[in-house]
Amino acid sequence: MFVQHFINALGLGALYGLIAIGYTMVYGILRLINFAHGDIFMLGAYFVFFATIQYKLPWGLGVAIAIVGATACGLLVDRIAYRPLRGAPRISALISAIGVSFFLENLAVVIFTGMPRAVVQPPWLMKPVILGEVRLIPLGLMVPVIAFVLVSGLLWVVYKTKPGLAMRSISHDIETTRLLGVSVDKIIALTFALGSALAALAGIMWALRYPRVEPFMGVFPGFKAFIAAVFGGIGSIPGAMVGGVILGFVEIMSVAFFPKLSGYKDAFAFVLLIVILLIKPTGLMGERMEEKI
Amino acid sequence: MTKQNAVLKVKNVTLRFGGLVAVNGLSMSVPEGGITGLIGPNGAGKTTAFNVISGFYKPTAGSVAFMERPLTGLPPHKVCEAGLSRTFQNIRLFHNETVLENVMIGAYVRQKGTWWQNLIPFAFPGIAREEREIRASSMKLLTRLGLASQAATAASSLPYGAQRRLEIARALATRPKFLLLDEPAAGMNPQESLELLNFIRKLRDDFNLTILLIEHDMKVVMGVCERIWVLDQGVLIAEGSPEDIKTNPQVIEAYLGRDAHG
Amino acid sequence: MKTAVRNAFLNLLILGALLGFLWWAPANLDNYKLRIINLIAINAILGLSLNLIYGMTGMFSLGHAGFMAVGAYVSSLLILTVEQKNTMWILEPIAPWLLHLQTPFVVSLVLAGLAAALVGWVIAWPVLRLGGDYLGIATLGFAEIIRILIVNLTPYTNGSLGLKGIPAHTDLWMTYGCFVVVLAFMVRLMKSNFGNVLRAVRDDEIAARTMGVDTFKVRVLAFTIGSFGAGMGGALMGNLITTIDPKMFTITQTYSVLMIVVVGGLGSITGTVIGSVLITVMLEWLRFVESPIRMGAFVVPGVPGMRMVLFSVLLIAVIIFRREGIMGTREFSWDWFFPKPAKTTQTKEARE
Repeated sequence: MFVQHFINALGLGALYGLIAIGYTMVYGILRLINFAHGDIFMLGAYFVFFATIQYKLPWGLGVAIAIVGATACGLLVDRIAYRPLRGAPRISALISAIGVSFFLENLAVVIFTGMPRAVVQPPWLMKPVILGEVRLIPLGLMVPVIAFVLVSGLLWVVYKTKPGLAMRSISHDIETTRLLGVSVDKIIALTFALGSALAALAGIMWALRYPRVEPFMGVFPGFKAFIAAVFGGIGSIPGAMVGGVILGFVEIMSVAFFPKLSGYKDAFAFVLLIVILLIKPTGLMGERMEEKI
Repeated sequence: MTKQNAVLKVKNVTLRFGGLVAVNGLSMSVPEGGITGLIGPNGAGKTTAFNVISGFYKPTAGSVAFMERPLTGLPPHKVCEAGLSRTFQNIRLFHNETVLENVMIGAYVRQKGTWWQNLIPFAFPGIAREEREIRASSMKLLTRLGLASQAATAASSLPYGAQRRLEIARALATRPKFLLLDEPAAGMNPQESLELLNFIRKLRDDFNLTILLIEHDMKVVMGVCERIWVLDQGVLIAEGSPEDIKTNPQVIEAYLGRDAHG
Repeated sequence: MKTAVRNAFLNLLILGALLGFLWWAPANLDNYKLRIINLIAINAILGLSLNLIYGMTGMFSLGHAGFMAVGAYVSSLLILTVEQKNTMWILEPIAPWLLHLQTPFVVSLVLAGLAAALVGWVIAWPVLRLGGDYLGIATLGFAEIIRILIVNLTPYTNGSLGLKGIPAHTDLWMTYGCFVVVLAFMVRLMKSNFGNVLRAVRDDEIAARTMGVDTFKVRVLAFTIGSFGAGMGGALMGNLITTIDPKMFTITQTYSVLMIVVVGGLGSITGTVIGSVLITVMLEWLRFVESPIRMGAFVVPGVPGMRMVLFSVLLIAVIIFRREGIMGTREFSWDWFFPKPAKTTQTKEARE
């Protein structure tokens, strides 16, 4: 029983972590809570749904379409709603982000209708593997493994490649980086692209796990993933992953052991957020951010 | 210098930021009614010392006392209540507010009426009168500092020199006994600096103040200060009258050795 | 002094016109229009309270819906009849002490405000240590926690079923009476020296502290007052609609109040009033895109969700192209209509 909860928590946590990375990277660079990120996750789920279930494309192609589509949306959001506000007070960009999130959710209602739709899970992902008393489905095991591979790849990009170096440089000092001849807008766009692609992958896996898609499916995972990012230390990619996994464990385990609390499941994340902000605002692995006095 | 009471006593104040020691064992006794200066090369820890005195930093060790009352660890607004006010090196006005409003905000710390009493003035005539008096006295203060004609202008649209004067006016509105001026002559030409000398003296006499200033302009410092402390790399290296300081070899070395333009 | 007399006279004139309108409207306008006019006043109350928190004092709060929910539930629970309470709680029985608790509507309105203010005050202590967007996300978190509590505390709130058939007491006199009180409160507050201090805390906290202002205390106070307004506005809104449930008080509700404040101009009372008229009317008007449109023989089906799509596009457009909103931080002044002789006061004409 416990092993099953453990795998469940790890899977949920890994998904939170994947979304959280997009928040943490954008916040690290622009100091912007990209409210629309949860909705990019939703779009990723919808794209794969339409490609594979509506148009019967093979899964591999569907996943590729979803990633490309969600990434394109992420880039468009940055270009249209955030880039014009680079020099503006940070709160302006935040309000714009709120507007974009609102826009994407309602656009999804307009285009896809507000009805939740069932996702047909491919049978090979659902065939249980039985190990003694534990029944495991391949999907549950796949999610943490894929997440781990993706994060390793991302860390390689950020720490071993030139664009990654530029990203880290921008997060320290955007103006100086610009003066050094780095095309800041391109690097920011790359950040959005990477974050959106990961969110799309998380959306695909989410749609398979809880087999349905609906326009507001990104709202709560989005909030929670942001909280995971804050918990892990905003700006830190490993921190986002760790924060996500911790949040996954808190949610699954508390409901598993205290079923009476299940109604409050969605509140745990917010309580966790407030506690961490009060005790250690920089999060578990965050660097101290200087505030100018 | 005649024997005067020390109104501000800084004792062995040390402030560390992580591994960096910004101020190291600073002790000063500032005489009442005097105009005194705190000087030193760039990065010597002068502004940091001001920030400790005015309550923005809590010293790692040591104590600050004002008129025998300990200030160490008090938040800035309590320090202001105690009668210490200050200006900032990079002028910090309330830019969106008018000149008059800036001064009135300074007067708020002495205002007795609470916010809700001012909402129903007919029930609290005394409180309403106080509010009117604050407006009037703030206007008077502006007149004395030559800013009355700009009372309704937004602070941000004042010329630079007037902004400095407004910051002083705002500090005076808190009715301080002690004024800390952080580089009052910064950005001024020699003529303006000269006027500033007289202005600072007049301030002290008109408002019964004790003034401690940080200044880079040696003409101003030597011209107006009765007593000077010299900081270098967080350590007090000299203390005395302007004449003593001018001839102190350590001071000369500190300035010429590392900071040629000083 | 002459201008003061003139302004007082003109203000009375406007008040008289409003009274005349309120007397005329119920008999001459249909229920739909009356409802929109009521909503304008309620939205203005909500907008003013958020503007006090965000526009005037500079605290980015996304918790307004939470305080509205507190107000709406407190007021509704106090005016529902015993009979209604007995029949409405299906899932779990109502808490016994709550069953017979009843007050007149006006009392419930004040208690709604006080309850929200209390919640705001309690929340303020931990969250106002945070700044900027962290404050926003923390207040959003608290609002969401309040909502989840309402869903789960069934004996007190009837859970996700909400409250229905709330006895309606809200008419134009009630909503506009509250609106005029809130408006007068805000105008006087922002004209007083305390209003200057609020703006000082917003513009430069360090300088404000140096001037002897206990900025934390001032922010807690402004936050608490703003929560009071949100609670009262929420109570009025619940009473106008006569049905409330937890779904009404999601972040979407906060966004629409935020929209009013941003469009009107952060920090401007006048702007918020204009914003609440514009946004309320626009949101109602936009309903047409969601209902079928008949053009001769053709019927264009309505598109659900379209209203909010257009609404969010507007929000983004305002923030990108006119960040300061309609009014900026300026305020309405009668001086606009009476050009002053030679002696000009070009800036901040509004404050005096």
